Amino acid sequence: MKKENDKLTFYRPDIATRQEIPVAGSDVKAGFPSPADDFLDLPLDLNRELVRNPASTFFVRVAGDSMTGDGIGNGDLLIVDKSIDPHDGCIAICCLDGEFTVKRLKLESDGVWLLPSNPAYKPIHAGRNNDFRIWGVVRHVIKSFK
Amino acid sequence: MYGLCDCNNFFASCERLFRPDLEGRPVVVLSNNDGCIIARSNEAKALGIGMGQPLYQVQQLIEQRRVTLFSANFALYGDISRRVMATLRSLVPNTEVYSIDEAFFDLHGIEEPLDDYGRQISRTIRRNTGIPVSIGIAPTKTLAKIASKLAKQYPKLEGCCYMHRPQDIEKVLTTFPLRDVWGIGRRYGKLFDGMGIRTARQFVQLPQEWVHARMGITGLRTWNELQGLECIAFEQMPPHKQQITVSRSFPKEIHTHEELDHIIAEFAAMCAEKLRAQHSVCREVIAYIYTNRHREDQPQRYESGLATLAEPSGSTIEIVKQARSVLQQIYRSGFGYKKAGVTLSEILPTSHVQGSLFDPVDRQKQQRLMETMDKVNRTYGKGKVIIAAQGTQPFRMNREHLSPRYTTDWNELPVVKAD
Repeated sequence: MKKENDKLTFYRPDIATRQEIPVAGSDVKAGFPSPADDFLDLPLDLNRELVRNPASTFFVRVAGDSMTGDGIGNGDLLIVDKSIDPHDGCIAICCLDGEFTVKRLKLESDGVWLLPSNPAYKPIHAGRNNDFRIWGVVRHVIKSFK
Repeated sequence: MYGLCDCNNFFASCERLFRPDLEGRPVVVLSNNDGCIIARSNEAKALGIGMGQPLYQVQQLIEQRRVTLFSANFALYGDISRRVMATLRSLVPNTEVYSIDEAFFDLHGIEEPLDDYGRQISRTIRRNTGIPVSIGIAPTKTLAKIASKLAKQYPKLEGCCYMHRPQDIEKVLTTFPLRDVWGIGRRYGKLFDGMGIRTARQFVQLPQEWVHARMGITGLRTWNELQGLECIAFEQMPPHKQQITVSRSFPKEIHTHEELDHIIAEFAAMCAEKLRAQHSVCREVIAYIYTNRHREDQPQRYESGLATLAEPSGSTIEIVKQARSVLQQIYRSGFGYKKAGVTLSEILPTSHVQGSLFDPVDRQKQQRLMETMDKVNRTYGKGKVIIAAQGTQPFRMNREHLSPRYTTDWNELPVVKAD
């Protein structure tokens, strides 16, 4: 996208991981140079912070309230990275008997415990008789306030 | 050494990625307009459902065996393909993306053991993207393709077949069907069937002169490559497409010029957008219309026509205008048209165009207009700015079994239960 063609002004800014790099003191023609010029940093990019590995990161939506104790509520957005190896105690998206579910994992020798964090729900044991797979590890939760 | 990374049953695997209930179950994906089968899970293949088979032929089987159908969801497949390719790129020095589900990679300078290396690639892509892939590694691209097919065929290879010792290669070629060799395909398949030549090994034993005379330089390349002689170069930048086509079958036959005119205009506009995306212009516009060949009781008509642009152009306005004028010439009333298409040919890079002194069109102005139009459509969604000739009722495909755009639309994200 060339700058000189940007005569129309009604475009929404394309913020999809594009960062303009600030140019030091570009507007200062004369006079006192900005004392901040020696301390220039890049602006913060949420994409870079929350999406470490774009090729393996997926966004999914939560339906249900079994994980409220971990701050995961109905309608929240989860950022899931499939490239991370699941570890004991991580929160993960699992496929249990053909359905996606989000739970905290407790890995044990005889299977996996899926732990809810709302006392209204009971832990689920996924053993040899279940069709069970870990789909991806949840790295972040995004809540939006109305 | 070269590698090929080939996604297993790619479209079906993409659909299954977000449908854990379909794991281990037969799944098929249908072409645009839900006409033919274009992808099958292994379970669907095992039921005898053929590649390219029309849906109506297998309808009964699909109902009886509870096969899950999907309409082609290219928004999803495109995004997953990008993820697979990006993951591959992070693991190997150089890649050449060959199609939506295949990429070659260059292994020069990588240390043995290459089979472990290939297996690592296969495992990582599977874990990070959820898509199963088969890796073939061999001295030439043609042999790498064969190796990837073996990796797919034999699960005990764990996703990678490294085929490099001459005696191994010879053994594989002795049984490998010639039809399945890259570059032979349907075009030469019949010829060799007639000659009783069925395996790659038999083909390699033909005299070089015969292969050259009968199949030209491309056939000779295949012949050499099968013997481990590198002839097909590794291309990191995909070559520009020499033809761009948009064509569709219609759910119902179309009887009026007005309706066809909108459709041809829309197809031409889609072609022009693809043309500009690869920074090219074209010189020729071809349009065609077909009646329904499955309806032998009705009058049949297959017509196509060509228009040449005065100056090579990538402008939607000019290309649509030419496509419509072709339609005007080839259209006859009294027929039910079932399929139409537009093809652009004589394509060259925009940078190669020489200006003409007497050109009546202000090229720069047109170009700015097209850039603006593409930008608006990219930002606000496809089809927001169109040429009036396309009509206000865009051509709708039959997509009865379309899955959500899980990864490219905020409103269609996968849902996980927390209950």
